[in-house]
This record gives sequence, C-alpha cells and structure tokens, in this order.
Amino acid sequence: MAGGKEIRDKIKSIKSTRKITKAMQMVAASKMRRFQDRMVAARPYAERMRRVIGHLAHAHPEYRHPYLVTRPEAKNVGFVVITSDRGLCGGLNGNLLRALTAKMRERDREGVGVRFCSIGSKGSVFLRRVGAKIVSNITHLGDTPHIVDLIGVVKVMLDAYKAGEIDRLYLVYNRFVNTMTQSPTIEQILPLPPEAGLGASKGHWDYLYEPDAKEVLDELLVRFVESLVYQGVVENMASEMASRMVAMKAASDNAATIIDELQLAYNKARQAAVTQELSEIVAGAAAV
Amino acid sequence: MAMTIHVDIVSAEAAIYSGVATMVFAPAAGGGLGILPRHTPLISKLVPGEVRVRTPEGEEEYFYVSGGVVEVQPHVVTVLADTALRAKDIDEAKAIEARERAMQLLKDRKENVDYARVHAELLEAVAQLRTLQNVREKLKGRV
Repeated sequence: MAGGKEIRDKIKSIKSTRKITKAMQMVAASKMRRFQDRMVAARPYAERMRRVIGHLAHAHPEYRHPYLVTRPEAKNVGFVVITSDRGLCGGLNGNLLRALTAKMRERDREGVGVRFCSIGSKGSVFLRRVGAKIVSNITHLGDTPHIVDLIGVVKVMLDAYKAGEIDRLYLVYNRFVNTMTQSPTIEQILPLPPEAGLGASKGHWDYLYEPDAKEVLDELLVRFVESLVYQGVVENMASEMASRMVAMKAASDNAATIIDELQLAYNKARQAAVTQELSEIVAGAAAV
Repeated sequence: MAMTIHVDIVSAEAAIYSGVATMVFAPAAGGGLGILPRHTPLISKLVPGEVRVRTPEGEEEYFYVSGGVVEVQPHVVTVLADTALRAKDIDEAKAIEARERAMQLLKDRKENVDYARVHAELLEAVAQLRTLQNVREKLKGRV
C-alpha cells in the first residue's frame, strides 16, 4: 500500500492545522466585535471636543494656535505609523507599509526629511529594517489599548512639531470600512485640516476662562490629537481582527479542499493496493 | 417643573454619562464649581475629583474624573474627562520612555529572533509545499 500511511499522516496534520485556523477565526470574530464597540464608544469624545474647539476658535478668531496654522513649507514631516503586533492577518500590514513606502519615496524625492513614531511591532520591525528614523515607539498595547499608553509617543511628535522640527504630522493606519474591507489610510493630523470642523460655528458668545484661553485651547488640542491617534489605534485593531478573521476563514477553506484531495488520493491508493493484491493472488492461483 | 440642563460626560475611551440635571458640580482648577441651568458660558480645566450630577428626581450621581476640561453653555454642560492623571512632568516622563524605546529598538540587534522565526516558518511552509507536490505527482503517476 504505497503512500497510504504518508497520505494519512498528511491528512491528520492538515486537520489539526484546520482546527487551529478555525479557532483563530472565531477568536478574531469576537474580538473584532469588541473593537468595533470601542470604536463607537470613542467617537462622542472626539465629536464633543471638535465642537468645543470650534466654539473656542469662533470666540477667539485673532488667536491662531500653532496646531491650526499651516506652515507654508514642509521641510520635515512626521508619521505616526500604527500596525498590528501580530501577524497572520492577511495583507493588512503589508498593504499599509507599501502605501507608506510610496509616500516615503515621494518625500525623499522632494528632499523632505521624515521621522517616525511607531505603534505596533510589525511597523517597528519594518521601519528599523529600512533604516528609518524612529523617534518614539510603543508595542504590545494588548487587547485593551488605553490612551495613557499613547500619551508619550504622541507627545514626542507634538513637541517636535512645536519646536519646528517637523512641519506636518500624518497618521498612518488601516481604516475599518467593514468586515471585508480595510483601507490603508494616511491622514494629516497636524496642522489640523480645516475639514476637521474646527472652524467657527454660528452664534456668538464668549466664555469665561479658567485659567486662560490659550492654556485651555492648548490642552484641548493636545487631547484632540491624542484622541485621533487613539481612534486610529482602535480602528486598526478592529481592522486587524477583521482581516485575520477573513484570512483564517480562507485558510480553513483551503485546508478543507486539500483534505478532500488527499482523501481521494488515499482512497485511490488503497483501492490500487487492494486490486494489485487480488490480481497477485489470482495470478498465483492460476500458476498452481 | 424645575429647570434642567443637559449633561454629557465623555472620555476618550467611552461615553460615560448623558442626561439632564438640575445641577452639576465639577472640580474646576480654580475651585469647586456648581453649575445651574442658564449658567454663563464658561470653559475650565478640571482637577482630579468627582463630578456630581443632580438629576430632576433629586438623586445624585457621582463620577470620578482624573482631570480634563468642562465646557458650560446655558443649556449644555460637556465634561471632557481624562482617563489618566495628567501633569507636565508625568507626560514628559512618558515621552522620554517612548523615545528610549525607539532607541532601544534601533540599537537592539538581538531581535533577530524575529527573523529566525520567520525563516523557520518559511522553511516549514516550503517543506509542506514539497510534500504536497510529491503527493500530487504520485497521484498523477497512479492515474
């Protein structure tokens, strides 16, 4: 029975692989739902904050915060790159990093300096390999990312922006469109683009400030940028889970196909062996 | 019916409370703040403490905030709560940490473990493919 045992072993091994991919698929599906909830939960904060900042900008049109002013020339730019910590999530990180690489090349041609803040180990490994300038880094945020963990990495970039070391800051992450689609996104977060809705709103009043307008606005804007990054992190995690779920589903399906094929091969091999044995016996009997 | 004011308490990670109140107390930077409906517009930093919301039913709800900003408009109070203690030096320390992690990452050549693992995985995949091919060929030979 040539090959019979090998095929059986192979089937067994693929079956256990399929068990793993199925389990991962299920885990990813439930985690994805959790992250989607977190995405939704984080939205009101950004919205309210946007409104308050809009009010402030309206009440104080003469004071332009550096975060809101576009510098004419971008000599140096910063990227906050959000990737996943773990692999086995399809082309998620690959696509994102490819989009980033294209952007980097473009900047290189223009002679613009770039520096990076990396969130997530896949991005860190990639950026280190290409020899990029990483100024801040955090990995292994776990299943419940907290904004506390992001304060440091974001501050490094905000400080650089304030000091004029970078003139633009971009956020690079996977936007969660739906379970099947996650799109690599590069978004400008500093200076805050006007479409962020930070412009003046209707109606006129002025606030009482405690302690004073500039300080309050400064705090608000820092938190606003942090919340944008946090939103990016959560969205990227939801994308990671969705992508992993789809990848693992494909893997399980493929495993099933291979098992079917192998099963057929095994049956044929067994049948061939039986036939051969029979004909040998018959031939033997005829010779006697 | 008593006059009420709408209250929203949100943090970056979740919406904490939304409802109406007859009075709201907030730990403003300049001292405790009691906000009644039709309060004049005000915006203030918060210090760690508790936000109290008195509902029209006369009950009081308590929320701890570790800082943030409160915006008051005549009919709306918005509390943008921090989820963590914030202070200049704490933030600074975190920034330094993040920077050091980046340095560590660039210095640390030992992380070749990652490459080693990827390499091993690749070898395994290649071996599996080869087995599969062998099986297929055998199959073809037989048919």
